[in-house]
Amino acid sequence: MDLYNNQKSTSKIKRDASVNDRIPDGLFLACPYCGVQMYNKQLGAFRVCDHCGYGFRLQARERVELLTDSFEEMDSEIEMMNPDFPGYADKLARAKSQTELGESVLTGVAKIEGEKVALGIMDSYFMMGSLGSMTGEKITRLFEYATENFLPVVLFTASGGARMQEGINSLMQMAKVSAVVAAHQEAGLLYLVVLTDPTTGGVTASFAMQGDITLAEPHALIGFAGARVIESTIHEKLPKDFQRAETLMTNGFVDQIVPRSELNQVIAKIVKLHHVTEV
Amino acid sequence: MVNIGLNLFKHELTPAEVVKKSREDRFLAREIIDGIFTDFVELHGDRLSGDDMSVIGGIAALNGTPVTVIAIDKGIDIHDKLSKRNGSPEPWGYRKAQRLMQQANKFHRPIITFINTPGAFPGKTAEAQGQGEAIATSILESMKLTVPMIAIIYGEGGSGGALALATSDQVWMFQNATYSILSPEGFASILWKDSKRADEAAAVMGLTPKDLLAKKVIEYVIPESRSHTRVFNLMRKRLDDEFKQLNALSPQDLIKQRRARFRAF
Ligand SMILES: [Zn+2]
Repeated sequence: MDLYNNQKSTSKIKRDASVNDRIPDGLFLACPYCGVQMYNKQLGAFRVCDHCGYGFRLQARERVELLTDSFEEMDSEIEMMNPDFPGYADKLARAKSQTELGESVLTGVAKIEGEKVALGIMDSYFMMGSLGSMTGEKITRLFEYATENFLPVVLFTASGGARMQEGINSLMQMAKVSAVVAAHQEAGLLYLVVLTDPTTGGVTASFAMQGDITLAEPHALIGFAGARVIESTIHEKLPKDFQRAETLMTNGFVDQIVPRSELNQVIAKIVKLHHVTEV
Repeated sequence: MVNIGLNLFKHELTPAEVVKKSREDRFLAREIIDGIFTDFVELHGDRLSGDDMSVIGGIAALNGTPVTVIAIDKGIDIHDKLSKRNGSPEPWGYRKAQRLMQQANKFHRPIITFINTPGAFPGKTAEAQGQGEAIATSILESMKLTVPMIAIIYGEGGSGGALALATSDQVWMFQNATYSILSPEGFASILWKDSKRADEAAAVMGLTPKDLLAKKVIEYVIPESRSHTRVFNLMRKRLDDEFKQLNALSPQDLIKQRRARFRAF
């Protein structure tokens, strides 16, 4: 068993390859949520639409920069044993070079406003944030590390769902991660989920919906089934905001919707309220 | 109709043929329950929002020992099938299952689930009432139960909707059942943008009992026979044997073993 042999790399985060940096300031963009057009530079550091508050999709490393005081990455070198599905190895290689990530989630130990947490951030730019077995492995190790070291887990979810190329192994990740969530829970530790755009499919049907406290970014798309699948099942159009964070909050599945610029403060405040006080 | 049975044990079916068979009404949930157990008492409702008819649940006796039984049912005639959405549970179906699992835990009853579903229902109300949360909680709570659990896929084992009731100590499959991340049609349309290539998808997805046994996703393949009684007798015996072994474990060891089973993937 080498469960705790986390190959911890202490490399500091470089932000040279971020999507953000590749878009010139003068470029004109439309908000994917409200459709209002704006210059790229209007989005500011947090990349938020100044009209509706929607947060543009971020790469995991960009989010680390915005959110943390410090970050020590875990399991950066994790490798898939044999991606044997036709074309899969090439797809993985491309995703890795585009995102500078080993998988669709970045994990590590972070300080957020001075609070030490085990932090996981899924990246929708890595094969649509799909749940591969190494994605599941990294999240599993993060929970194991957190349980061993009495740390809260903060997990930012972003996923298009299952990793089709991995078939049943992708499905098994939902149970694998749930097992370590259960152990972390039994240790009395906090699991804080932040739902970001988009969180769907198998991730929604497992660890995204297992937190003690669940936050979401404004207008984030969150759902289990795809909107088109639902529409073809019920033979009608879904209302505009049906699978958006605000509707999920109305329906009782989200605790708070937090603007991106306030996330670090809100997370730190919640973590602080879970400090164990000696009696 | 396909000529069932003649060649069943003579040659191995192709994955596409297994998919086709898994969708036929070879076995019905109530027939399985009545065939294996005695004294079945059906229990209804999730105590939160309703009673999902596609999830049949209750208590029964297995060779005289009380057990909890939960079965996804596709229905018999067209009306039954419509009301059960061809075996696609609503969130309150999964919450009904959760309720019965907690009850089993309280009374130290082993749990047997029978699964035959194309997937959790992708409806508007299902989504609004938290289909994702319902499945997530089923999986998470299953990881904590201190009673033995065996899941048996007897038809289709469709994705998270099946996993919600298959987070167990052992998973068994009928010889002509499937278990997969998605239907072959869905798989083909997502990966190749062509749902007509479903047979081809079935071949590469590894969804047959044989494939899944090799990957250790399941522990046992139940041989099918035209004599359903023979199948039920075999299952009753094997369930009894396996529960005896699982019951010998301490609750801590049982949970540890269940979690380790999934940690291996
Ligand atoms: Zn906007």
